[in-house]
Amino acid sequence: MEKNDVILDVKNLKKHFKLGRKGVLKAVDKVSFKVYRGETFGLVGESGSGKTTVGRSIIRLYNPTDGEIIFENFKISGKMTHESENYLHTKMQMIFQDPMASLNPRKNVMDIIAQGLDIHKLYNTKKERAEKVYSMLEIVGLCKEHAHRYPHEFSGGQRQRIGIARALIMEPTFIIADEAISALDVSIQAQIVNLMKKIQKERNLTYIFIAHDLSMVKFISDRIGVMHAGRIVEMGNAEDIYLHPIHPYTKSLLSAIPHPNPIYEKIRKRTNYDKTGIDYDLGKWLEIEKDHFVLGTEDLLKKWA
Amino acid sequence: MENILEVSNLNVSFKTHNGKIKAIRGVDFELHKGETFAIVGESGSGKSVTAKVIMGILSKNGNIDKGKVIYKGNDLTKLNKKELVKIRGKEISMIFQDPMTSLNPTLTIGYQILECLIEHQNFKKREAKLKVLELLELVGIDQPQKRYKQYPHQLSGGMRQRVVIAISLACNPKILIADEPTTALDVTIQSQIIELIKDLQIKIDLSIIFITHDLGIVANVADRIAVMYAGKIVEYGTTDEIFYDPKHPYTWGLLASVPDMDDRGQELYSINGTPPNLLYPPKGDAFAVRNEFALNIDLEEQPPFFKISDTHFAATWLLHDEAPKTEKPSSLQKRIQVMKGEEYNGKK
Repeated sequence: MEKNDVILDVKNLKKHFKLGRKGVLKAVDKVSFKVYRGETFGLVGESGSGKTTVGRSIIRLYNPTDGEIIFENFKISGKMTHESENYLHTKMQMIFQDPMASLNPRKNVMDIIAQGLDIHKLYNTKKERAEKVYSMLEIVGLCKEHAHRYPHEFSGGQRQRIGIARALIMEPTFIIADEAISALDVSIQAQIVNLMKKIQKERNLTYIFIAHDLSMVKFISDRIGVMHAGRIVEMGNAEDIYLHPIHPYTKSLLSAIPHPNPIYEKIRKRTNYDKTGIDYDLGKWLEIEKDHFVLGTEDLLKKWA
Repeated sequence: MENILEVSNLNVSFKTHNGKIKAIRGVDFELHKGETFAIVGESGSGKSVTAKVIMGILSKNGNIDKGKVIYKGNDLTKLNKKELVKIRGKEISMIFQDPMTSLNPTLTIGYQILECLIEHQNFKKREAKLKVLELLELVGIDQPQKRYKQYPHQLSGGMRQRVVIAISLACNPKILIADEPTTALDVTIQSQIIELIKDLQIKIDLSIIFITHDLGIVANVADRIAVMYAGKIVEYGTTDEIFYDPKHPYTWGLLASVPDMDDRGQELYSINGTPPNLLYPPKGDAFAVRNEFALNIDLEEQPPFFKISDTHFAATWLLHDEAPKTEKPSSLQKRIQVMKGEEYNGKK
């Protein structure tokens, strides 16, 4: 991972949803971060914190309300040129949470995986298309024979492998994994995480890994952004966030994770997050130590330390 | 210790288009009075089916082939519908994973709690209302007067689960079955609900069967643990025995596949393959094909339980006298040492 090689630059991203005539839901508000090539950037937070909205705004499943997103020198926010649109749609891919809901039950695996190729016409002959799908199936740990089956014939872990194959066949450089392992069993989660890490190494991929399961996020991520109420409240290297959290929200989130260790569980104390006196709009990005940022004011910081 | 519930040699199968699925293949356990007994396992291992048998709410295509569930001298599997209704909710009650689907969206939460008080305990309406408000307060819902009149959609997920707990406790049950009660909730809410359950257990002397796949939660709540795999219990023991001295290779795999800060950058230990298809349960040990330590006999014959201590049993041939000495994977050994050694002080 090279620190200077920024692959994705999100500046001041906002996504507001209109609720009725007057209400506005600021699902994502003033979110800025950079992702470096080859790293895994983890986004954590409770449901409703806006982490999924960030992911979807980046890949343009939502139109951001405001803000600028630069992906490999292409501006992919606001009005896009045909060229940047094409680039975005091939080089950035997404893996979804529920592999059953995200695979078309009426298509066989071959057609599901090849859909991206079909849309962008990335093959010359039928045979070439099949070959590409077969090789992709093998990469994700399935086999050729699976290509002519339908999603319901697979287990949850296998379906998620199909989802990964569908994303990888476009030869992306950037993958957004939105709760990609949350619906899977513990032992299968480990398989999928190992697979994702292996592919990342082989193909120099960059991941945004969105999840609420903090133990997996800390395992897979190089850097982590902690989201609350539409804002990133703390961001830094995975170790720093876990070992020296600053923001009280991060602290309360970490204190709530149960550890698979009975001795530790007997002494674990949960802290509640009290938002009184903390106004995210007044907060600024403060760099505590190198690459470790907190949203807050100088006064608050003294209180938190 | 006094047993409040005994399950012996339970066998359950489901009729499907493709044949009979043998979902539970010989499960034995007993629940001690006042304890929390956790059943862990992956989806399809039979943990929820076990709970449903105890509650008598097995779906129509399910059949109890063999076995007994003894509660207060009665075999619950033999009772008719009328007799079951007396026990269900009153003596044994259950909370489910998704609080939204277990509440009726068209009724106020007050009414839904009221309902079971009037049904089971012959409360007058006015007394019942007071009791409902008391219950809402017990499960930590603020402004019970206001909440009483609200509908489920007006409450957050955590609040809804509290309401479900209030309903399940309305008739002073002796046993509470909690089937993944926090899986659908956020971590912060999850720990609140777990604290609530633990708190209530002390207050009203409950015995709890806690079903989950999350080993972190198990470490927190359980007194004893049973690990289930492919319709069988493969190991059971006290919480410390399971976490610090596991004997079954499946338990090893489960514990080792939970990530830890220290193994960052390394490959996560994972169990290969997938669980067996219970339409055609294997002849030998169901875990054998995924087990890197499997012996030849594992494919031929199902292992019996081997006793490790008075409270700790595991069903694996590795514990047989003639089996080669096998150690748990080194990564797990290291982890256990770390877990026991330091109390994570300053490490968190």
